[in-house]
Amino acid sequence: MALKRINKEVAEMARDPPSGISARPIGDDFFHWQATIMGPPDSPYASGVFLLNIQLPTDYPFNPPRVNFITRIYHPSINANGSICPKHVDQDWSPALTVHKVLARIYNCLEDPSTDCPLVPEAAELLKTNPEKFKATAREWMSKYATGN
Amino acid sequence: MDSEDDFMSAVSSEDDILPDDSDNDDMSGGEDDFDFDDEPDPDLGIQKDAPPKKVAYDISFKVYQPSDIQKQQDDLINEVNMILDISKEEAAILLRYFRWNKERLIEDYMDKPLKVLEAAGLFQAAAGPPKLEIIPGFVCDICCEEEEGLQSFSIKCGHRYCVDCYRHYLSQKIQEEGEAARIQCPADGCNLIIDARSLDILVTPELTERYHQLLNRTYVEDKDTLKWCPAPDCQNAVECGVKKKDLDKVVPTVSCLCSHRFCFGCILNDHQPAPCELVKRWLKKCADDSETANWISANTKECPKCNSTIEKNGGCNHMTCRKCKHEFCWMCMGLWSEHGTSWYSCNRFEEKSGLDARDAQAKSRVSLERYLHYYNRYANHEQSARLDKDIYHKTEKKMVQLQKESGMSWIEVQYLNSASQALQTCRQTLMWTYAFAFYLARNNQTEIFEENQKDLEMAVEGLSGMFEQPVVELAKSNLKVEIMDKTAYCNKRRVILLEDTAHNLAEGRWIFNVELTGVMPSGGPSSNSNSNSRR
Repeated sequence: MALKRINKEVAEMARDPPSGISARPIGDDFFHWQATIMGPPDSPYASGVFLLNIQLPTDYPFNPPRVNFITRIYHPSINANGSICPKHVDQDWSPALTVHKVLARIYNCLEDPSTDCPLVPEAAELLKTNPEKFKATAREWMSKYATGN
Repeated sequence: MDSEDDFMSAVSSEDDILPDDSDNDDMSGGEDDFDFDDEPDPDLGIQKDAPPKKVAYDISFKVYQPSDIQKQQDDLINEVNMILDISKEEAAILLRYFRWNKERLIEDYMDKPLKVLEAAGLFQAAAGPPKLEIIPGFVCDICCEEEEGLQSFSIKCGHRYCVDCYRHYLSQKIQEEGEAARIQCPADGCNLIIDARSLDILVTPELTERYHQLLNRTYVEDKDTLKWCPAPDCQNAVECGVKKKDLDKVVPTVSCLCSHRFCFGCILNDHQPAPCELVKRWLKKCADDSETANWISANTKECPKCNSTIEKNGGCNHMTCRKCKHEFCWMCMGLWSEHGTSWYSCNRFEEKSGLDARDAQAKSRVSLERYLHYYNRYANHEQSARLDKDIYHKTEKKMVQLQKESGMSWIEVQYLNSASQALQTCRQTLMWTYAFAFYLARNNQTEIFEENQKDLEMAVEGLSGMFEQPVVELAKSNLKVEIMDKTAYCNKRRVILLEDTAHNLAEGRWIFNVELTGVMPSGGPSSNSNSNSRR
């Protein structure tokens, strides 16, 4: 059952790719995907290319996919291991959600970083007290880690 | 305990109105310590001018079995169903949404029904009873299945999924996430709650049972006046009107039908007479340092300057603290610089600096010793209660034997049972009197308390001693009478002690050496005795 659904998601991603996001299974393993998110324009991550790892649970879509960043990123909700604050992925998971929608949520996080669920307290603190410096740091990390080379 | 009057709650509201012997309650079981007051009125355990002859520490409570809990819910649902003219399923959902606060539900619903329905995840739509449907050309959004004749289902919101996905979704929610009362439509962002009738056609039989269990659970958990009995495998719930803010004035001990006695405030085992807050502190303190405190007290001294704990494992008496580099003499704790040439034997006992250092140390020792004094007695009673139980089990076997040999009937050996019960409860109480006493400031009241404690302790030890006699002795009638007398005496002493403490507690007359949460009527001196044993 899961396979049929995953197949359809893959096909839809290929047919109508959302802007700034792409994702596909790695090789033959349909439960293991790799995704790319382009840094949203007008954000400190603009022009960055971020790689993500996606593991679908065997009872997908009844349980949420596990998503984490491979590329390092300076963001209040994404820590050094690439883990993303569960609020953006797992919480309020519905089987009607798709990988695409999860990635879109993450894209929104990059577009508009919030201090709501600080997985990285220092970054959240900086964003709150000195947004300019936060942006500068985020940009610096982006150019260091996420230029696609 | 001897008279029925003793069992009567001192606090049920009818006491204020009716004469004393208003025994219209269902007294369940003569040997139970508590009455099961018919009155559901959540009356507080505090009595301002209640007649003092009632047991001051008794509170009114009621035990409900699973069927009672179900019935209560059904009654409420029926009532709302009739008053508001909505279906039972909707009434149930609304009641759960309002945490079973019927009055508020009715009021709000009368006010603006649509808003209430929407907030609770229900909105009005013309719909018949829920059913599975086969719709040509339907594709399930979850599994992407599109074959002919696929059965599908949706609730009022119209988000339609195939029946397999729906079932999978529900089993995930019910079995893994333990949800029941507020399962929402599987669609993202749709907060419509799936009603009981829909669940009935979707959920497989083995899940329905779990589902109803969970529903019952939310009922009890939603209501502040209800709590589950914490005993293993016990499915009963207890209703008690004591509120959280009153826990510094009353120790609401309740007793389940399964005979487990526990505190309604904190769910821990019966801890009369100590109030919940003290119990919490005491347990924390015991977990913190009781094991090590003993060893530290016996084997170490503290640096007179920085109070680091130091163990001397050899060498001379010239100590240099590794932390603060303070140099002192291990024997007299005085400054080493004042020692001159007397290197190995300290003859400076009278000097002032040593005296001061020893004073400070003595103070912290005293506080430790004070704690250990109470802790040892507390732990001792805890252990003795366990041992008494073991002895009882052994004796019980022998009594059966004896019954056969000496021709005593079953009823004639029951005095041992009640003696054992008395020992257990009295020891439980004694145990907590020590935790209680640890936090008491010294005054006349404390002295009265200690006298009571002493009386009870002596009685209990006496009874415990008799209890340990060989079985042959136990069968003799004079010992039997003695045990029965002592049992009654123990119970009486316990009632007196608890009554005294509960009375003073209700009126805020105890002075503690720590602050209880909430406003204490007369704030005692804040923790001076146990603050320095915290290192």
